[in-house]
Amino acid sequence: MFLRMLVRAAVLRRGRAASALFAMVVAAAVATAVMNLYVDVQAKLQREFRNYGANIVIVAKNGATLPADTGSRVDAFLAGRGLVAPFALIVARTADGQPVVAVGTDFDRVRQLDRWWSVNHWPSGPQQALIGVRAVAAVSPKNQPFALTFQGHTISLSPAGTVQTGAAEDSRVYLSLRDFVAWSGVQPSTIEVAANGSPEEITAIMTQLTQALPAADVRPVRQIMEGEARVLGKTRATLLAAAALIILTAALCVLSTLMGWVFDRRRDFAIMKALGASERLLNGFFAAEAAALGAIGALFGFLVGVGIAAWIGRVNFHAPVVPRFGVLPIVLAGSMAVTLISAILPISLLRRVQPAVILRGE
Amino acid sequence: MFVRLVYESFRRQKRRKLLAGAAITLGVTVATAMIAVATDIGDKINRELRTIGANLLVTPQEDTLDVEIGGVNLKPPSDGAFLDEADLPKIKGTFWHNNITAFAPMLPVNTKLQAGSREQDVTLLGTYFAKQLSFGKEDFTTGVRTTHPWWKVRGAWPDDSSHDVLLGERLAASLVAKPGDPITLGGRQLRVSGILSAGGSEDDQVVAPISLAQELLGRPGAVRRVYVSALTKPEDALARRDPKSMSGAVYDRWYCSPYPQSIAYQLQETIPHSHAEQIRQVAQNEGAVLTRIEGLIFLITLAALLASALAVSAAMATTIFERRGEVGLMKALGAGKMAVASVFFAEAVLLAVFGGLIGFAAGSLLAREIGRSIFSSEIAIPPVLFPVILAIAVIVTFAGSAAAIRRAVQLDPVFALRGEL
Repeated sequence: MFLRMLVRAAVLRRGRAASALFAMVVAAAVATAVMNLYVDVQAKLQREFRNYGANIVIVAKNGATLPADTGSRVDAFLAGRGLVAPFALIVARTADGQPVVAVGTDFDRVRQLDRWWSVNHWPSGPQQALIGVRAVAAVSPKNQPFALTFQGHTISLSPAGTVQTGAAEDSRVYLSLRDFVAWSGVQPSTIEVAANGSPEEITAIMTQLTQALPAADVRPVRQIMEGEARVLGKTRATLLAAAALIILTAALCVLSTLMGWVFDRRRDFAIMKALGASERLLNGFFAAEAAALGAIGALFGFLVGVGIAAWIGRVNFHAPVVPRFGVLPIVLAGSMAVTLISAILPISLLRRVQPAVILRGE
Repeated sequence: MFVRLVYESFRRQKRRKLLAGAAITLGVTVATAMIAVATDIGDKINRELRTIGANLLVTPQEDTLDVEIGGVNLKPPSDGAFLDEADLPKIKGTFWHNNITAFAPMLPVNTKLQAGSREQDVTLLGTYFAKQLSFGKEDFTTGVRTTHPWWKVRGAWPDDSSHDVLLGERLAASLVAKPGDPITLGGRQLRVSGILSAGGSEDDQVVAPISLAQELLGRPGAVRRVYVSALTKPEDALARRDPKSMSGAVYDRWYCSPYPQSIAYQLQETIPHSHAEQIRQVAQNEGAVLTRIEGLIFLITLAALLASALAVSAAMATTIFERRGEVGLMKALGAGKMAVASVFFAEAVLLAVFGGLIGFAAGSLLAREIGRSIFSSEIAIPPVLFPVILAIAVIVTFAGSAAAIRRAVQLDPVFALRGEL
């Protein structure tokens, strides 16, 4: 009987029930989408910030070079939690005796780590060099093969392309680490690390690296880490304020629709009361109805909201936002709370009124 | 008669009108605040991104190659070209001077530091800390304290006109020096005003007012490079084009957009014999981060607008639905559909205008609060937003009421009066 009353109430007044359900679904969807984004935006933006390059630099103490196995140890330690690129630097001389900084590095890694490098053609073969745009005139003005000398050893290189960054890289010559070590015998002195994760995780990685590499100095790149923390913090705070406003508005929307719906059914209420239904049964009936509406609306809304969040992720971050099922209980509880309030409020107003008055239409 | 109908409806049904008005006010408040935040977020985040450091670098045009490893300059000090310090205030005279938040000149000098009986080679970096400059009628303060906000000093920042210096923290640790200590640098007695922690090569250097570096080098007014921190617009296809290949109108559009490239171009025009370029690590990524955050807030604002539109129409629909009896009575007395609908629409518009006015004021306050608490700066409300918001409020209220009014008008007065349906 109770169930049948619930179902018939919804079926008979399809229009009103549907509009209440619609309001519920939209509200739950918007709330779900915003909460999902709020949780996920940190990871998404952290990924954007990794394009700024290294946030940790490992340098040898007192200008020496790092032990030869440092690179592989850092690789093994990070195990996919970040990008690593080694750099070995010396001052070499060109054929006409001009000093120029020559750098040995791993081009495949640099390409991933330092995405802002504007390179027209990356070196692919041995003995190929990448020349900074300002060094071109001094090293290889006509794009011809050239030689560099370091402590009596000479290497001949062919230019593969140029690199432009607007910083120190523009006056340097880059070659592959293998060629560099064979020519100069100098091992890398700097390893740049772009570690993924929250500030706490990165600090933990730094502490562990310091312990694992006693011969090296592990330093944070403060400007990147501080800038990232500030921008992330402010964005999340703005998003939180927006989420609070949106959820408040959505709740209000549900509240006004549902209160109208319940108020509208004061005749049902009066008839039931006139037929002898107890207060408890009546309260239970309307509460159950509201809770059912809230639950159904929240479930549909959750699905739609996850879809919206995924769409925003794809459009804005080019990666889908992973659905967080932890949001579902919050949305469910919130929806049911709002629907219960909007059912109980009009009922408590109506309870004081005699059924006869309502039935007479006053 | 019509006016009286509307007036009486407001006078007699205060509770319902208040509810609907409150819904509209809240909806408009949220919409105003979100639109204001969304239009200003780009500027705010842009300013936050300036904490990552300068995005433009000005160097002498005819400079020789930098030979620098780990912050130690191996180039002979007199080698290479210099910029003239006297040209720097002109940076504030460029077209985009309001977008240039600060600049800092740098002049590295190799010198000798006497510590006890030891003598040690160090690099002294001359710069502005927070230098007072004026260009035309405008006075401004510029220097590393703004361009390099991640620099932390234990002790005090030196005054730009003094001969006090900062010691990099690693250098200070090796010398066991603390703020207030005297040091001998290039034969001069100087005072250490603070210990600098920069997280970069400056930690091994001495940082001093630029006049001291110029004295040590023996070249008054010399500047090796200038770091410029500017608020820029994310790069697009137009930004990457070569200004020389542009036609007049396109060139003007390029020149008058705050792209990193066009600001660099203007700096180059302003400072004689200079070469200005974007620091790609900062400038390129800034654009990407900015686009993402702006896009996110824009989409969230759409969601907020949707939610508030829905809340307004739900409230309106409810209030109209509750008044079927009145509609029946009006129709039974001989009012046409148009007459009934126009009463409701007039009420809706009145509500929308009042709700819109209060909501706009409340939304402006809310946006200001958000700006103050999150970004510790005001969020400016563009005045053009006011008519836009009011129009949106009226349209949404209208649209939200339309369906309910249509249904109410189509009711048979007999059923409506009997209280059925």
